[in-house]
Amino acid sequence: MSHSSSPAGVRALADAAPAAASRQRLADRWLPRLVLSPTIIMSLVFVYGFIAWTAWLSFTESRLLPRYDWAGLTQYLALFDNERWWTAVANLGVFGGLFILCTLVVGLLLAVLLDQKIRAEGALRAIYLYPMALSFIVTGTAWKWMLNPDMGLQKVLNDWGFANFTFDWLVDPDRAIYTVVIAGVWQSSGFVMALFLAGLRGVDDSIIKAAQVDGASLPTIYRRIVIPSLRPVFFSVLLILSHIAIKSFDLVMALTGGGPGTSSDVPAIFMYQFAFTRGQLGLGAASAMMMLMTIVAVLVPLMYLETRSAKRG
Amino acid sequence: MKLKRLSAALLAASLLPATVMAGNVEVLHWWTSGGEAKSALELKKMMTAKGHTWRDFAVAGGGGDNAMTALKTRVVSGNPPTAAQIKGPAIQEWGAEGVLANIDPVAKAGNWDKLLPPVVSQVMKYKGQYVAAPVNVHRVNWLWVNPEAFKKAGATVPKTWPEFFAAADKLQKAGIQPIAHGGQPWQDATLFESVALGVGGAGYYKKAFVQLDQATLAGPTTVKVFETLQRVKGYIDKGAAGRDWNLATNMVITGKAGMQFMGDWAKGEFTAASKQPGKDYLCVDAPGTAGMFTFNIDSLAMFQQKDPASVKAQADLAATVMSPAFQETFNLNKGSIPARLDTPMDKFDDCAKKSKADLTTASKSGALVPSFAHKMAMPSATEGAMVDVISQFMNSSMTPKAAAERLAKAGKVK
Amino acid sequence: MANKLSIGRLLVYAALALVALYYLLPLYVMLTTSFKTLDDIRQGNLLSLPHAWDGGAWAKAWASACTGIECGGMKGFFWNSVKMTVPAVLISTMIGAVNGYVVSMWRFKGSDALFTLLLVGCFIPFQVVLLPMAQLLGWLGLANTTAGLVLVHVIYGTAFTTLFFRNFYVTVPDELVKAGRIDGAGFWTIFFRILLPVSGPIFVVCVIWQFTQIWNDFLFGVVFAAGEAQPITVALNNLVNTSTGVKEYNVDMASAIIAALPTLFVYMVAGRYFVRGLTAGAVKG
Repeated sequence: MSHSSSPAGVRALADAAPAAASRQRLADRWLPRLVLSPTIIMSLVFVYGFIAWTAWLSFTESRLLPRYDWAGLTQYLALFDNERWWTAVANLGVFGGLFILCTLVVGLLLAVLLDQKIRAEGALRAIYLYPMALSFIVTGTAWKWMLNPDMGLQKVLNDWGFANFTFDWLVDPDRAIYTVVIAGVWQSSGFVMALFLAGLRGVDDSIIKAAQVDGASLPTIYRRIVIPSLRPVFFSVLLILSHIAIKSFDLVMALTGGGPGTSSDVPAIFMYQFAFTRGQLGLGAASAMMMLMTIVAVLVPLMYLETRSAKRG
Repeated sequence: MKLKRLSAALLAASLLPATVMAGNVEVLHWWTSGGEAKSALELKKMMTAKGHTWRDFAVAGGGGDNAMTALKTRVVSGNPPTAAQIKGPAIQEWGAEGVLANIDPVAKAGNWDKLLPPVVSQVMKYKGQYVAAPVNVHRVNWLWVNPEAFKKAGATVPKTWPEFFAAADKLQKAGIQPIAHGGQPWQDATLFESVALGVGGAGYYKKAFVQLDQATLAGPTTVKVFETLQRVKGYIDKGAAGRDWNLATNMVITGKAGMQFMGDWAKGEFTAASKQPGKDYLCVDAPGTAGMFTFNIDSLAMFQQKDPASVKAQADLAATVMSPAFQETFNLNKGSIPARLDTPMDKFDDCAKKSKADLTTASKSGALVPSFAHKMAMPSATEGAMVDVISQFMNSSMTPKAAAERLAKAGKVK
Repeated sequence: MANKLSIGRLLVYAALALVALYYLLPLYVMLTTSFKTLDDIRQGNLLSLPHAWDGGAWAKAWASACTGIECGGMKGFFWNSVKMTVPAVLISTMIGAVNGYVVSMWRFKGSDALFTLLLVGCFIPFQVVLLPMAQLLGWLGLANTTAGLVLVHVIYGTAFTTLFFRNFYVTVPDELVKAGRIDGAGFWTIFFRILLPVSGPIFVVCVIWQFTQIWNDFLFGVVFAAGEAQPITVALNNLVNTSTGVKEYNVDMASAIIAALPTLFVYMVAGRYFVRGLTAGAVKG
């Protein structure tokens, strides 16, 4: 180590008297960086290095396996000419927006309701949380059945005598993407509920009591005081939800497989199929780069805000 | 005590030379269920009998999507499996990446050129050398019929498209769903290619889907194929979207639906429901495709191995796959017919016997064509783009003319 | 006031119960299906109870369903998943704890930037890293081993665990650490003596999160460990998917529940600590 050769080290030796304490201070200066460095290096190699590698591939003619011959913008032009890609992008917009909004609303609502000193809170919380514990390989089939008009809810309700009840979104090319939202909300809202509930538990009771003394009604208190104080939680939730939305792959794969046709395709599936099954690795890489750029555009401002608010808090 | 252990070690050491040529065989496949798994187990048994160690590498799902991903990463990491379930032009694509092993010596010794129909052996070779071994031949252009339902509706089993639509109308009137279908891209493509073969004939099919001739793809015959497909679409229920093929087959079994376009693996589903061919269900040519044959061949492509023991094991694997014993047992379980022409057919059922007979006639008349829905006819990129168009056609109000134009555009994707 | 039974409270209970039904529906469907016979499934209504409760599917799922050419059910793959999940969860949690400690308590010039850099790692689509990772694992000689898989999970899990611990430690009063430093405690002493003892809640959160993520992972499992070392999700996928075989939905459902048991168990047992841990500061962002 370069301890003794650094200026601080020399000074420490000169001081001599409280040498142990100085060495301690010196260690305290370098240790944090040292401790963090393996993770940073891993991240540089395994995240940023791999992104760079993908970027390079997106400029090549790679087919089944990586090749490194320069091909310019061919893959991007092919990508922008591909209708399926644009369907996927539009779907991500619809799905991402609705999924984040609905999960947020449902999660917050459940948390607020559960916070009313409910009797069976433990059991209810477990029920809301359990979908998070299951992978979609597991629940996909069950959802597919329930949403299928011939087997699922529509049939059940028809059998019960509601002959006119129709629920065929899963097989409707214009609506299939909404069924993905339904299942997505089911899976993630419990977790969001837990985050909000935790936030609510952290709110000081005396503030609420004081407001009640002033005659404010419960909904007003929540709207005006409690929910605004959850601001930091909103950031965490948004961060986690947008992460789930952009990466959603299992969910769509299990439920619709991107269908009917390609009507509920999303970029993650597009990328996977082109890169790995169709032998168009270059095109897949180009689509991955577009995904990454979207992520950066959406998340960097969000994360900037999140770290700033943390500094304040 | 010590002495005993020492002698045991010595004994093991003395045995070593004998076992040194026994290698590992690792086969990537997606035969993970029922009859298929049983069939593959036969291969394992035969290989272990030769002293090799079998390491199973099964990856199911998405018609091989997951398996291809796993395979790619394994090849990139420098540890390819001994062999992988790869078929059709994909063998050429892998060959072009320079990772496949030459198994010509085994093929020469086994006289494969004589035993395999030329269309089959062609697929197994890269630049004139064998790099893959065929396991079976599936026929795709079947129509599965529930005779009970037909009797109830007073319909006759169709041979041509007009007859087909007449039968479909009668079934519909009788309250029976005429066609059982699953709206997954590969099933849409399976249906499309049977219609294309029936409407356009083998010559058109080859020109359009093997040679990818632009004029043919955008031409009037393709428009007519899409027009027919549009009519067929009208006899499919709304709940078909995303339905698994076997659920569709089940609709035929229970008589809820009258017929289904599907390859010969559908037989397994009928057999599982203890139905008899010819009595409880019929296997007939898809309309207008009598004497024609769309083939789908499963094969094992061999990957280059470093370790000499593995190379030896690989050669044994190739020879075993082509052995009459394996070809017979495997295909009895799977519903397909052996790729090897000289395999005795007496243990097979009537559907398989008809399949074998049609294979021989079609091979002679030039009506033996590769199934593109099952990745036998064109590069994977082109195939993917075409399937996209077909499944979009099935799920939207696209006109036949627009569909033909887009299909031609998809034919240019490489 | 909270215990008064008013119309408002009845509505609250009704709403909660209704939502609970929606949440439970898929589990109900899976459970009842797993106890039906195949004929029962073919004829029955999705929501109907089994005609006769039949445990055959469960026995088959556990011991004799095919997940490849081997037909030994799910039992063998449980252990594989445990061997992968336990070390990966522990290592990534420990690294996350130390990292979180550094970026919250020992900020140095650029540490915030580095933290943001790390966070981006949470958002990279995993499909992107498959091929280069495979190449790297090949060079390291870790291709297709459980060790390699553990490494992958640690690498891509650390960003999240760091985030969790950092958000937790941010809420720990600075005075605690300052007092420690005045007393002459060093970097590690403060961590082990002062922070770790109060980190219980966030450990629970982090372990639950990581355990769920890693146990349920399919993509890394299928790509880096398919074959003998495959985790249970890959085996499950093999079992429920079939290209040309007969589907046994009851066995599929039973296997699916078997594969999900550990995570379900973790949530049931540790669920209350989960919310408590989150309350303790993890979400104060």
